[in-house]
Amino acid sequence: MSQNTPDVLKTTPLTDDHVARGARMVPFAGYSMPVQYADGVMKEHLWTREHAGLFDVSHMGQARLRGVSPLSAFEEVVPGDFIGLAAGKQKYSVLLNRTGGIIDDLMAGRPTSPDGRVDDDLFLVVNGACKDNDFKVIEDELAGQVDVVRLEDRALMAIQGPEAAAVVQAHVPAAADMVFMDIRAMPGFGTDLIISRSGYTGEDGYEISVPASEAVRVWNLLLADDRVRPIGLGARDSLRLEAGLPLYGHDLDETVSPIEAGLAFAVNKNRREQRDFPGAARIVKELAEGPARVKVCLRVLEGAPAREGAEVADESGNVVGVVTSGGYSPCLKAGIALAFVPPALKTVGARLQVIVRGKPQPAEVVPSPFVPHRYVRKVG
Amino acid sequence: MRFTKDHEWVELDGDVATVGITAYAAEQLGDVVFVETPDVGKAVKAGDAFAVVESVKAASDVYAPVSGEVVEANGELAGAPETVNAAPEAGGWFAKVKLADKAEYDALMDRDAYEAFLATL
Repeated sequence: MSQNTPDVLKTTPLTDDHVARGARMVPFAGYSMPVQYADGVMKEHLWTREHAGLFDVSHMGQARLRGVSPLSAFEEVVPGDFIGLAAGKQKYSVLLNRTGGIIDDLMAGRPTSPDGRVDDDLFLVVNGACKDNDFKVIEDELAGQVDVVRLEDRALMAIQGPEAAAVVQAHVPAAADMVFMDIRAMPGFGTDLIISRSGYTGEDGYEISVPASEAVRVWNLLLADDRVRPIGLGARDSLRLEAGLPLYGHDLDETVSPIEAGLAFAVNKNRREQRDFPGAARIVKELAEGPARVKVCLRVLEGAPAREGAEVADESGNVVGVVTSGGYSPCLKAGIALAFVPPALKTVGARLQVIVRGKPQPAEVVPSPFVPHRYVRKVG
Repeated sequence: MRFTKDHEWVELDGDVATVGITAYAAEQLGDVVFVETPDVGKAVKAGDAFAVVESVKAASDVYAPVSGEVVEANGELAGAPETVNAAPEAGGWFAKVKLADKAEYDALMDRDAYEAFLATL
């Protein structure tokens, strides 16, 4: 992790609980966070794929954009269609700088209430390590149009895996009506929730925002279910990698465009035509002519896992790219990686090499994701 | 058996030292998913990184506790890296080194000293 470690780490409402459970705590995004619990990364990873894993992601930034028309204002800093965002839905997007590089990736949604009332605000969840800068950029760029109301008094947890929905719905029956990327503001677990059916593992599940004062109680209520175990940041990283999902600061940064990153879906058609977002000139050009480099999924066919920074070479040994994140896949029992390569080498089945500790090892371009997503797109 | 502060163990048989990582190191690493052992014939100096052990999360160097020539590597670990967790101080050994200077071995910690060192961590 690249961020500096401040002298005093921040805590989440769940920090003491993690320590009491024997978690190994590490500095992450300025917080003391559990990298693993007693089970260890491998077991936690596999448990999430088979049952339900519970993650403390309270380090992430939660905020409401409040103003006369926060949806149209937000379009000035992202390339997605937010004016057209339906009530009760959330959307993945990227905060862009003026050269089309990614300042952060985020979720933005319009929670609806059980009485059908639509929230006028846009609810944002951004990366913990980026949140101070993100909210400053949004405030500066949208000054006079929106207020950024940071929700520092709320915790955020994610429950992920094939049994996650049943666990949550036992407590919050109304959550059963939600499909992937739905978001609601509703009562549940005896408190008020902002709950979305989404996550960062490729599995079905929910992300649940609760008042900080209720976090320990809700966390332990979920863990009282035998199907649920706490999962640290180590397995969160290996799970998102298997799901082919990028990690900011590694696969994405201020030099990387959404087109290079394989996130063209986040640049909506009407916005491409209007070219009215930061860095539109570069992004529209890359859409038309292709970017100079593209993200691919690599499977290491033999040898050690290729990790961030490992060079990627063509079959003749010419260095053509770099691994942006990589590791061992507990499900595939092989090294997997996200890498940048020239577009000519992005074809599934293309043979490449990854250079690990000076040794070339064979690798192959494979489809994304490495492990199939299991999102629930319709209910009933 | 002798130990280093980097959590390697060494067992001497004549002038051949068998080297591995301690149970403490294996527990700290978590599930071992890949091991890279040194090539036979390689000359190593005490303190050199001479093997690599990888968990899901990270790759870590293993340092040669003594100087000498690698005379055997544990080929079993390529197909069964989990042996490092299951039997770190037995079947999970990494390599055998023909000792260049027995004084290096004598200078390492014995088990009591290593246990006392672990208690300070």
